[in-house]
Amino acid sequence: METPTGSSQKPLWSEEFSIQASEDKYVLRRQLTKFLVLTSFGMLAGNVWIWAKSLMRRDAPALPPMRIAGTDELAVGDVKLFSYPGPQDHGILVRVSADKFVAYSQKCTHLSCAVYYSKAHNRIECPCHDGYFSIEDGRVLQGPPPRPLPRIAIERRGNDLIAIGTPAHGAGA
Amino acid sequence: MRAAINRVRARRRTVIDAAMFLVVILLITQMWLLTATLESYLAGHISVTLPGMLVSALLFAGCLGLYRVVATADEEPQDGPER
Repeated sequence: METPTGSSQKPLWSEEFSIQASEDKYVLRRQLTKFLVLTSFGMLAGNVWIWAKSLMRRDAPALPPMRIAGTDELAVGDVKLFSYPGPQDHGILVRVSADKFVAYSQKCTHLSCAVYYSKAHNRIECPCHDGYFSIEDGRVLQGPPPRPLPRIAIERRGNDLIAIGTPAHGAGA
Repeated sequence: MRAAINRVRARRRTVIDAAMFLVVILLITQMWLLTATLESYLAGHISVTLPGMLVSALLFAGCLGLYRVVATADEEPQDGPER
């Protein structure tokens, strides 16, 4: 830019205020790519966090066994609600046949609504968004739940049903 | 002279566009990987978390390499800035 005197040197004001407002609005391709790379780093941080959590889960101590019901408390098709391992971890115990009991977490894997056992359809249902789970293994039969219902491992000791673990503590999915 | 500069600019723009497109593709893949790993973790399949993290690290390294390509190619030319 030329000064009033005709020389090609930059005027003093241009040197002191070197930021052009019009140019300041542009986002350089380098800046955009840098932002995308930072987002990529955020994704990596998320994956590292999940991996660290899985290490902690693997090293978590086994849950203490807890009696949740007696075998003679439930007739075939009956349900008992219980809490395991903590008071906020609600579970549902179903007597499927004379010899078979199954227990699942009562939280739907979609949005954590409380699920219930439908005796008529012999499946576990979520009333919020019509998510259905198999009573046999908790797999999703229909609806929006993204993964199976977490199964609570139980074992029979005499006439007692004992909860011995959850998937979050190494008892399998 | 001017035509040569324009050819260089056009070639450089193509390189930058291709690199940025690849970064976006890698980023979408990484987003999918993160959600899939999280779903698996919540379902109790913790064995997938380590491969998930390693693949995510590879994708990040790819993004970083492409950023270097963009940064190198996007340096201002002698005759003024190009955006």
